[in-house]
Amino acid sequence: MQKLRQWLITSDLASIAILAIVILVVMPLTADIFRLNLIGKYLSYAFVAVGLVMLWGYGGILSLGQGVFFGLGGYAMAMFLKLEASDPETTKIQSTPGIPDFMDWNQLTALPTWWEPFHSLTFTIVAVMAVPAILAFIIGFAMFKRRVGGVYFAIITQAVALILTVLIIGQQGYTGGVNGMTDLKTMHGWDIRDDSSKYILYYANAILLFAAIFVCRMVQRSKAGTLLLAMRDKEDRVRFSGYDVANFRIFVFCLAAVLCGLGGAMFTLQVGFMSPSFVGIVPSIEMVIFAAVGGRMSLVGAVYGTLLVNFGKTYFSESFPQLWLFLMAALFIGVVMAFPNGLAGVWETSVKPRLLRKRVAAAAQPKSPPPPPATLPTTEAAPASPSGAGTSGNVGPATA
Amino acid sequence: MSSSKRPEPPFSPDRRKFALGMASLPALALPFGAMAQSFPTAKVNTTGLAVTDKEVIVGQLHSATGTMAISETGSIQAERLAIEQINAAGGILGRQIKVVQEDGASDWPTFAEKAKKLLVNDKVAAVFGCWTSASRKAVLPVFEKENGMLYYPTFYEGLEQSKNVIYTGQEATQQIIWGLDWVNKEKNAKSFFLIGSDYIWPRTSNKIARKHIEGHLKGKVVGEEYYPLGHTNFNSLINKIKLAKPDCIYAVVVGGSNVAFYKQMKAAGITSAKQLLLTISVTEDELLGIGGENCAGFYACMKYFQSLDNPNNKKFVEAFKAKYGAKAVIGDVTQAAYLGPWLWKATVEKAGSFDVDKVAAASPGIEFKGAPEGYVKIHENHHLWSKARIGEILADGQFKLIAESPNLIEPDPFPKGYQ
Amino acid sequence: MSAADIWNIVLMQGFAGLSLFSVLLLMGLGLAIIFGQMGVINMAHGEFMTIGAYTIFLASTLVQNYAPGLMPYYFLIAIAVAFVLAFGAGWLAEWALIRHLYRRPLDTLLATWGLSLGMQQTFRSTFGPKEVSPTLPDWLMGSWAPVEGLDIPINGMFVMGLTLVVTGMIFLLLYRSRWGLRVRATVANRVMANAIGINTRKTDRMTFAIGCGIAGVAGAAFTTIGSTGPTSGSLYIVDAFLVVTFGGAASLLGTVASAFGIAQTQSITEFFLTGSMAKVLTLLTIVIILMIRPQGLFAAKVRR
Repeated sequence: MQKLRQWLITSDLASIAILAIVILVVMPLTADIFRLNLIGKYLSYAFVAVGLVMLWGYGGILSLGQGVFFGLGGYAMAMFLKLEASDPETTKIQSTPGIPDFMDWNQLTALPTWWEPFHSLTFTIVAVMAVPAILAFIIGFAMFKRRVGGVYFAIITQAVALILTVLIIGQQGYTGGVNGMTDLKTMHGWDIRDDSSKYILYYANAILLFAAIFVCRMVQRSKAGTLLLAMRDKEDRVRFSGYDVANFRIFVFCLAAVLCGLGGAMFTLQVGFMSPSFVGIVPSIEMVIFAAVGGRMSLVGAVYGTLLVNFGKTYFSESFPQLWLFLMAALFIGVVMAFPNGLAGVWETSVKPRLLRKRVAAAAQPKSPPPPPATLPTTEAAPASPSGAGTSGNVGPATA
Repeated sequence: MSSSKRPEPPFSPDRRKFALGMASLPALALPFGAMAQSFPTAKVNTTGLAVTDKEVIVGQLHSATGTMAISETGSIQAERLAIEQINAAGGILGRQIKVVQEDGASDWPTFAEKAKKLLVNDKVAAVFGCWTSASRKAVLPVFEKENGMLYYPTFYEGLEQSKNVIYTGQEATQQIIWGLDWVNKEKNAKSFFLIGSDYIWPRTSNKIARKHIEGHLKGKVVGEEYYPLGHTNFNSLINKIKLAKPDCIYAVVVGGSNVAFYKQMKAAGITSAKQLLLTISVTEDELLGIGGENCAGFYACMKYFQSLDNPNNKKFVEAFKAKYGAKAVIGDVTQAAYLGPWLWKATVEKAGSFDVDKVAAASPGIEFKGAPEGYVKIHENHHLWSKARIGEILADGQFKLIAESPNLIEPDPFPKGYQ
Repeated sequence: MSAADIWNIVLMQGFAGLSLFSVLLLMGLGLAIIFGQMGVINMAHGEFMTIGAYTIFLASTLVQNYAPGLMPYYFLIAIAVAFVLAFGAGWLAEWALIRHLYRRPLDTLLATWGLSLGMQQTFRSTFGPKEVSPTLPDWLMGSWAPVEGLDIPINGMFVMGLTLVVTGMIFLLLYRSRWGLRVRATVANRVMANAIGINTRKTDRMTFAIGCGIAGVAGAAFTTIGSTGPTSGSLYIVDAFLVVTFGGAASLLGTVASAFGIAQTQSITEFFLTGSMAKVLTLLTIVIILMIRPQGLFAAKVRR
């Protein structure tokens, strides 16, 4: 019995189980279908946050361009759905029936060849994961092999996000431009807008999310996970031990990208459209804050963080439209300054030890595997020295 | 009645003031309560909308934050004003209008989310909102699926028509063709340089303009250029214009780019003394940011200018300034937004019902004689019959009316020969 | 089209490229200094520029109402005021936020992003969501036409001159002043600099504030060519990022070179292609070069 209690408090499997109950049982029972659909939308962002835990928390690599991969996955799915929504019958008012409406508005008279494969659902599902992975591989290969990291990597990913946005907006005949791809209706004849399909999509999304969490957990527990942590904290020593640091980083970057792609596809299915406003710099940074609020070291925390920030955003923008930007600002600054490990950090350092003391008579070992809770993820966890400003030898941006 | 269980809409200071304003009108409201009895709620609301014996709830969905707040603020204010005036005059079918305001935050998915919230949770009888084409495209499927009613104020690209939307701004052909005819005839413009921000409205507008110039005016298009939204450097473009030497520049640039475009044109010596320019994207609102002195003498083609000299408009401008300060300006879209609630009121009263299907069906033929722009009427395709007008930009940020179309122009969102 | 016409266009196009170069450089400078010193990108850079722009607006309103006679001259003074205000705001931000985060440069990105959101909403609440238009002195807004058909924008020349002055001053400060010595020492080896008695903390704050001050100057100058509104800063920030990224870390020279390269690529492609295509082409070039040289054009030589 005591063992069970201790397990509930310390094991990460238990925390996943609790999250599962919250998402699979509590939410669907308490929220109406409109709110549930919103939660489903938030949970599709959670894929990105989970990916960021792996990339940022474990890998020590901050990408401010995760929206790119989210967008690629989302657009791949949207292209499939848009093709299905643009059959000649419903588009007969156009000058060229049978092609998506935005192509017609931009004087395209035939479907571009690179759109053709998206008639196939199988191809689309593969593309949802493969396209982000390939792009992540290219970027990762170019950057990590040359030992670019830290802030510099963050800015380059931002540049990529910007470029993709400009491309999508500029090539509106092929992509729908600023408007994005709207009015998506069915998937193989199955109406994705019905209430019943919203439920199905919600559950599909939730189950995929848990699968993602388990995969990430597996990676964390494997040798690769240990090495990632080691690299984050003392890159040189890992390198001197004979490991190729870059390969692990490329791997985790691709993994995060695939998760983003999945999230994007689930987003498109649940919301019914995709637009470039998910690709750019702003959404990418917002997604980072989801992970930061939940705790950049905790997979489960990232999901809670995503839910919390988005609930907050929806609630505050409904109630105090003038104030919500201030609140967002406070959230960003507050989390970074006061709770660098987010909700999960608070749980680890304040709540859990107390619970353990109360409930477990024997002096339990408080720590569960990976990080010491106070770890500051990007550099050594030395307490602030009086000089306050210095880190080690060089703060050259390419080395951080 | 499901509406009685409807959760209280969240409070904002603004809304509270508004509610107080309504409370101070009991003397007026009382006799109209009697009117509500002749339209029992069970009869005027058969679809579970948020309508009670005393009030009807509508939604307002614009960007109060983000980049689009620049443009949408005017619309928010005008709709508020119209609703207040309607309430002061006794409301609709004896019911006071109550507003639930949502912020689209310049983000299209947020628009879709909030639209759904308004229709599904708040069960609003009508929504006044959206500004950009992108936000309208994002909410349109929601309105069609949940069967809501949207009053959309912006001049836009056309190519759309929905049972669930009333377009109170001009569609592209109404704004473009007559204006081009005018510069062709009055200013003898034969060659045109088309410039736009890179999205659907400017592109479609220029497509129509090009067809008209080449097909009907037998003129020439000597250049057509698009720049990303938010682009701030136009020097290369200006050189291209100088190289092409068009009779007329046709500008459909929007947002922050507008300011950069006109300031840099002026600095490069392209002023109204040397060059004819016709724009369809500069209203009094944009002139606040550009500064009238930086583009004085250029022409804009719209359906409304704040300086229009008619009794309706005088009353409207006075009321608007009384409420929002003497410095407030009113652009074309702001006026179109003001029409929304009034048109809805007229339609509901004609239909004798708040039900969306009945309102949509009753819309064609609805007239509004009190419109600041003059008489308007809803066409069968849910757009408005309206006039087109040419205004000359003055240094103080206002327009001088130069010409107006003799008749109301028929809206034609799917123009044959222009696609 | 005569030869003279074509010659004029070539001249004006050359000027357009130079003027874009000075715009990019001016907006990138403040960012580059902070980045070089602390390895941190100040995501609120655009908002510090907006402070400058609103300073001009306030000044022009004041002058117009109380001392219309000063209209032709106020602009220069207002730019100085813009520097002081943005400098002060930067000083404050460093004191309240940044100094607590030097050990976590990635977190600084997020904190300054939060700061930028807060500042934007502050502008919106103070000045209203609509854009404003400061009245600029007449001499600034015209064109200089030495011969028929050749118009050189005066505001372009003004921005160019200002950029020259600011860049010159930065180089002077960096290489001829005590502060510059300290900055260079800190960048080279922070621990050692600390050990020999340089107050790196003070140096950091000064650097951050100066970077923000320059942003203020840039914002003020850009009222002559662009818009003034709560979100105006975000129009520039992206280009500023690119300039700094492309230029490479810790190298002002890199910033100058990258601003020049980007400006020329963009203005030339813009002339021969359509605007959106030009933008894409420019960005793609940047990315491809970054793929080959991820450290940027001029990488700082540090051991890794």
